[in-house]
Amino acid sequence: MSTDSDADINVDLHEITVTVNGTAYRRTVESRTLLSDFLRHDLLLAGTHVGCEHGVCGACTVIVDGVAARSCLMLAAQADGQTITTVEGLAPDREHLHPLQEAMRDCHGLQCGYCTPGILMTMTAFLDENAAPDERQIREALSGNLCRCTGYQHIVDAMMLAAERLRS
Amino acid sequence: MKPAPFKYIAARSLDQALALKADYGDEGHFLAGGQSLVPTLNFRLTQPAIVIDINPLTQWAAIDCTAAGAVRIGALTRYRQIERDSNIALKLPLIHEALPHIAHPQIRNRGTLGGNLANADPASEMPAIVLALAGKLHAQSKNGDRWIAAADFFTGALSTALEPDEMLTEIELPAAKAHSGSSFMEVARRRGDFALVGIACTVELDADDRCVEARIAFCNAGETPVLAAEAGQSLAGRPVAAPEIEAAAALVQRAIDPGGNVHASKEFQRHLAGVLTKRALPEANARARAAA
Repeated sequence: MSTDSDADINVDLHEITVTVNGTAYRRTVESRTLLSDFLRHDLLLAGTHVGCEHGVCGACTVIVDGVAARSCLMLAAQADGQTITTVEGLAPDREHLHPLQEAMRDCHGLQCGYCTPGILMTMTAFLDENAAPDERQIREALSGNLCRCTGYQHIVDAMMLAAERLRS
Repeated sequence: MKPAPFKYIAARSLDQALALKADYGDEGHFLAGGQSLVPTLNFRLTQPAIVIDINPLTQWAAIDCTAAGAVRIGALTRYRQIERDSNIALKLPLIHEALPHIAHPQIRNRGTLGGNLANADPASEMPAIVLALAGKLHAQSKNGDRWIAAADFFTGALSTALEPDEMLTEIELPAAKAHSGSSFMEVARRRGDFALVGIACTVELDADDRCVEARIAFCNAGETPVLAAEAGQSLAGRPVAAPEIEAAAALVQRAIDPGGNVHASKEFQRHLAGVLTKRALPEANARARAAA
């Protein structure tokens, strides 16, 4: 619904080019569009979940230029020229899961699944840098992702298993 | 859309960023790591006319250890980079020890030292650390630049001495001296949460292991980070032993003015500050004695 005051708002638009899961996209975004909303609403990559939208829950974590970041705390305009990986970019094809996804399934590392994409992206970046983590390091790495179902133990188990499989 | 509308400009140069800030003043916000600013935008607690993204100004994302006795850290340097820098571990062990306590890995991947200090959250770790280390902060504006002592920088909760046209560009911290030690500790409900109270302290000893200087600062113990100056001075010329530490802890409890919150009453915060003093001072002292 449009009102007179809405019409007064000078919409600030930016053209951005961003590579997501290997595909380059050029889109026009409003300044205030969050990266999380851009991924979900503009690119229709709804695998990135939004929970708290103020940087607490970690559900929206994606990998930006190689490091895990909260996509609700970045503006889409800031992603111009950057390379992003979301949960849709993990599995090699429709038939196979990524080793982390496989391990999460094998260890019952998810129940409702809402937090899972964020956990997968956080831990993918973590395991890329730490091939042989111990349980304490895994728990520390997971600390920025909230899960209200599992109690975390099965996620920790899954990450230990995934790390082991990735090493062999 | 969660944030209210604003104009966004990715700064191409420091001059451009400073010119925009001069034009917009308090209506303009610098965007560094965004880990504090963007939540407040999302809640519409902050509704700036313009957001000036300084992330492209990568010359301010560097750690410079070339000067003798000091470390300069660009305001845009991310926690991740500071955490992994071997020079920081060596020259600023207090910062190295504190970093894992700051939020979570994803936040540290983006969050910057300068953004954190300019945000001046009294519950945050870095303001107390920079105060304990007697750091200096470099501010630049269209019309010039100046150094501000950490003791003068934090003027209130979320308030600093920065003028509306100024940008924090660099932080200079004295490197740890020989025969000195430091300790950072905090009590939080969960790892990564804001501290109920945190302590950052340094102890420098003479050849006889008597205290030359001790500096004790706290986060979440008042409207600003708090330096318990009297408590530190009470140790000067004395061994950092049990009776001296007991006396310093009592002075600490008088120096701070915690606000209390849903997780900890004022009384409990004051109690914690005393406990942390009695834990951190012996640790800093032991480290100083072990240091050559």
